[in-house]
Amino acid sequence: MLIQKGKALALVGNHAVAYAVKQAKPQVLAVFPITPQTTMLEKLSEYIDNGELKAELIKVESEHSAMAAIFGAALTGSRVFTATASQGLLYMTEMIYWVGGQRVPLVAAVATRAIASPWSIWDDHQDFVSKRDAIWVQMMGENVQDAYDITLMSFRISEDPRVMMPVMMGFDGFILTHTMERVEVLPDSVVDEFLPPREFKLVDFDNPLGIGAVATPDNYARYRKKAMEAMERAKMAIKEVMAKFEEITGRKQYGLTECYMCEDADYLVVGMGAWVGDMRVAVSRLRERGKKVGLLKVKVFRPFPREEVREALKSRKGVVVFDRAYSFGSGGVLSLEVKANAYGLTTPVHTIVAGLGGKDVRPRDIEGTLEDLIEGKLEEERWLA
Amino acid sequence: MFLRGNAACPGCPIPKELDALLEVTGKKTVLVVPASCTSVILGDTQGGQPATIPVIHSAFAAAPAIASGVASSLRMRGEEDATVVVWAGDGGTGDIGFASLSGAAERNENILYVCYDNEAYMNTGIQRSGLTPYGAWTTTTPSGKREFKKPLPLIIAEHRVPYVATASIAYLNDYQSKVRKAKGKKGFRYIHLLSPCPPGWRFDAGLTVEIAKLAVETGIWPLYEIENGEFRLTSASKVLVDKSKRKPVEAYLRYQGRFSKMTPEEVKALQDYVDKMWEELREMAKK
Ligand SMILES: Cc1ncc(C[n+]2csc(CCOP(=O)(O)OP(=O)(O)O)c2C)c(N)n1
Ligand code: SF4
Repeated sequence: MLIQKGKALALVGNHAVAYAVKQAKPQVLAVFPITPQTTMLEKLSEYIDNGELKAELIKVESEHSAMAAIFGAALTGSRVFTATASQGLLYMTEMIYWVGGQRVPLVAAVATRAIASPWSIWDDHQDFVSKRDAIWVQMMGENVQDAYDITLMSFRISEDPRVMMPVMMGFDGFILTHTMERVEVLPDSVVDEFLPPREFKLVDFDNPLGIGAVATPDNYARYRKKAMEAMERAKMAIKEVMAKFEEITGRKQYGLTECYMCEDADYLVVGMGAWVGDMRVAVSRLRERGKKVGLLKVKVFRPFPREEVREALKSRKGVVVFDRAYSFGSGGVLSLEVKANAYGLTTPVHTIVAGLGGKDVRPRDIEGTLEDLIEGKLEEERWLA
Repeated sequence: MFLRGNAACPGCPIPKELDALLEVTGKKTVLVVPASCTSVILGDTQGGQPATIPVIHSAFAAAPAIASGVASSLRMRGEEDATVVVWAGDGGTGDIGFASLSGAAERNENILYVCYDNEAYMNTGIQRSGLTPYGAWTTTTPSGKREFKKPLPLIIAEHRVPYVATASIAYLNDYQSKVRKAKGKKGFRYIHLLSPCPPGWRFDAGLTVEIAKLAVETGIWPLYEIENGEFRLTSASKVLVDKSKRKPVEAYLRYQGRFSKMTPEEVKALQDYVDKMWEELREMAKK
């Protein structure tokens, strides 16, 4: 297919995701308001109200019910969507596992936000990473364009016959949800071709099934093993969907990870989400000063890109992972993943815990950390708090 | 007819209650079942699922919301002739699932919700629920429950839904005609079915129907329907507004081990409660 340039629009992140969702043509949505996702819900309501999106929006009384409602609708044959953040994601958790366990193709957006208590409406990743074991594909956007792109790709990845799994699209609360950026949107016709109508229905009167029934220990273990295998297959499927997307948009998608100025880098900074943009700035500035640093962006958190991360870590003098989420009593969540995949390598991996509850982090903070790393002055774990 | 063999206890009315329901709603029924005895009854038996219709098993609190999604999706599929049924216990209905139930009722979702009320959490081994009656023994009310039963059908009726009814397995025609009526309506319909449980209520497995009948005859379980706001007593309950026609509640309590420790004062308190409820029912019937 030839690249078809769409329109360029000025959109805040929430509206960019809503626009992508509208183009994906879900038939059923169920969303419950929570900051900083709310304006996405409002935009979707508008689309449905004015007929731009022919779908039912179930106005549920809670997030638990939002996930339950789209679970039921997806089983019955509809493309579906929901979105939430923070406490909402926690409240949904039981159903998130239920949906993952049943391997139901659907898409949820998470406008990442800190978890109470104390209350905080600002961004970190504690909510998003807490769902890492729920059998969901999880991807993080770096900017508003990325959020739009990932949303569209999520539907296709989720419905890929090799995957058949829910997909969670994360993007940083306020930093992306409420920031206006230039977004290139695809023409509807191109999206229609990229996302043909969904073929999946378990509620079928001619072939009745019991869905989610009690499983014997043997069956249960077998289902879980199949989920593990599907997660591994998902890596291939995600890369293919990204390649296809690159083909129709001309926008570089890289893959599960992206390496920036990595080739000859002695030192790497690793990150996920919006602050990767700041890391790019920091790395560029240090390069101008002749420091051999690079950036590894983790775009797909589940399945974790083990091979790519390990490859990127090889023969570096030092690596620092920036974490916006912490596993108390253990370590930075992304760091733990990175360290696990550095097993047997000589590369030291350091952790910076920062940006919790929206605490400001600037490119110069990242620069300073990298300088300390280069000078051998960085502890194994440092909190910017 | 719809159940091929299942894992219910001897004397459990649930398989029969389900069969009687599905006989009316037919092959184009989707059943949504939250965690309960029924999850086990419709579980992974040798050779596949026992039901011959699609069944979605559900987390404890989620059934009305899942059913909402199914109903929406069926509408988008153009299959509005199908019936979406939630089949849930009293705990799933009146306690943990109450918010999603109330939400679905308020939205007037196109769902038939049936609560089979065995008056405790039976799947986890007989713990009290908000619908356990006053005086009843459970493992968490070892000397009898001190609170009265949550009046769920009336609470649902306050949501102004098109149809609410109570039923009993001892009055099969009454039950099935209510299901038929509910099936013929659109929007949120609710049937509350008293479902005696031999191990949980401590009675002989051969007495299930007898006990269900006594519940109606003593007036502790009135049979009625509320159709578009209009209240009507049905079947054997029609004549029971006259107190002399009601058997004393003691006649119902006597056969059940769960009430065996009730003092005469407690029995009287329960009798007073029932009598007062009938005064209220009389008022409702007049309107
Ligand atoms: C969130 C959650 N909490 C607790 C349970 C454990 N649990 C399963 S069934 C059940 C009791 C069900 O009681 P009821 O709804 O009255 O149905 P019954 O078992 O009596 O048929 C409980 C407490 C659960 N499955 N999920
Ligand atoms: S415990 Fe009671 S309700 Fe549950 S299956 Fe046994 S008899 Fe039926």
